[in-house]
Amino acid sequence: MSRPCKAYIAGAFEHPTRKAVDKTVPQLHAEVALGALRDAGLESCDVDGYFCAGDAPGLGGLSMAEYMGLNLRHIDTTETGGSSYIAHVGHAVDAIAAGRCSVALITLAGRPRAEGMSSVGARDYGRGAPDVAFEQPYSPLITNLYAMAAQRHMHEHGTTSEQLAAIKVAASHHAQHNERAMLREVVTVEDVVNSPLVADPLHRLDCCVVSDGGGALVLVSPEKAREIGPRCVKVLGQGTAIKHLSAGRVDLTHTGAVTSGPLAFADARLIPADIDYVSIYDSFTITVLMTLEDLGFCAKGQGGRFVSDGNLISGVGRLPFNTDGGGLCNNHPGNRGGMTKVIEAVRQLRGEAHPRVQVRDCTLALAHGTGGSIGTRMGSATVILGRNDA
Amino acid sequence: MTSQPQHIYPDPLVNSETAPYWQACQAGTLQLKRCNACGQTHFYPRAVCPFCLSGDTVWFTASGLGRVYAFSVMRRAEPPYAIAYVTLDEGVTLMTHIVDCAFDGIAIGQRVALAFRQSAGGQAVPVFRPQARLSAEALVGSLS
Ligand SMILES: [Zn+2]
Repeated sequence: MSRPCKAYIAGAFEHPTRKAVDKTVPQLHAEVALGALRDAGLESCDVDGYFCAGDAPGLGGLSMAEYMGLNLRHIDTTETGGSSYIAHVGHAVDAIAAGRCSVALITLAGRPRAEGMSSVGARDYGRGAPDVAFEQPYSPLITNLYAMAAQRHMHEHGTTSEQLAAIKVAASHHAQHNERAMLREVVTVEDVVNSPLVADPLHRLDCCVVSDGGGALVLVSPEKAREIGPRCVKVLGQGTAIKHLSAGRVDLTHTGAVTSGPLAFADARLIPADIDYVSIYDSFTITVLMTLEDLGFCAKGQGGRFVSDGNLISGVGRLPFNTDGGGLCNNHPGNRGGMTKVIEAVRQLRGEAHPRVQVRDCTLALAHGTGGSIGTRMGSATVILGRNDA
Repeated sequence: MTSQPQHIYPDPLVNSETAPYWQACQAGTLQLKRCNACGQTHFYPRAVCPFCLSGDTVWFTASGLGRVYAFSVMRRAEPPYAIAYVTLDEGVTLMTHIVDCAFDGIAIGQRVALAFRQSAGGQAVPVFRPQARLSAEALVGSLS
């Protein structure tokens, strides 16, 4: 059957670097742009729509368009943290469908590792942020904010550290086959729960890596996709959402996926049981667990049980995830993992994932991004993708 | 006890919207904001109500009592500290620290009461401590 689709992903590229000592951020943006355009068989002069987020320096999209010499009809610089690039996929589909552009380029790049920015440090969103006065005195860090969500999830649902660890174990099983992954060693549940506590209840191995690099995507109209050929991947559905502290009615155990997931599934006219492969944002193990619940892959509170027993391992479990090793083991360029989630989903749908992790007859995939801090102040973006013949 | 390293609280940002909150802390009270137009209490305090955007918001003094909603001990910090969200009896949840107790004794749902710590520049910062009387054992534990 051929499902309707308004735009295709024609090019995808992940920067091979994990530590970019002698490259600038604009240079990395241009390198991933070139990689994705080559992958699509297109050139920079073909690009008429450009999408980037807060990692783009200077005036963002304006600075990057100038640096790369792009001549654009359409620009979108939506910033929702690490989920931005998955939101951009949806926005690019809309822009193409509306005739505002026909070749849309999305880029991400960053070098937090070369710049010595730790994943456990405080993020500086500027003193103008209205929450700063009431939060910054308490040293909230990315780790302890996610840790509080994990603690609360454990309290409400009985989730255990061993269940969270199973997510890292699955990622490591995939990363062993990825020669570019930062952490290639297969770990056990015991390894994870015995690694040092960073912020209770999260251990060192519950956290993602810090890496440099980036990635890019090229989306095209259905007409162009027919010219380019069968490696083009369909975008079947999309949804975005935000979630915040709701004026003090804090709820740490739900994510924006509660909203973005159903929107994307309705858009695609699919249900979670249809999905063959998922790329789930994995800044921490708890990010994956709560997202899987909120997307509807299991009942709320059952995430711990769902991820246990190798259920996320390709060829073993019922829902293979993050077959490149994800942010937990492979890379997390610019502390923003949304882009690489889409790229691995594209590889799976093209049958170009590593043979040891390739999902057999992979037809329908989902990629999900989380931005900001889970449950507190976050962006959420979900896309559903299909193989060219889906 | 004085030889123990103390957590350093960064000075909070004070501006026209936040100054009354911090002045009240200096005087030993926790102030919240309620909207005269819709009646809702919100946190963090704003000049404009986040429920209805009315500018008719007024300060009132909170009970200073609540329960731990979530917490995490930042083990990598020196010294470690316990960040938390506390749900006040007034119904709003705020970010804070749990102090004056053994970290291992902190629990979600625990009753806590308002206390203060001095920031690096001498501003009183609201924190919370277990509401029950501290046992000698808990005091010793807080030093380890
Ligand atoms: Zn109001």
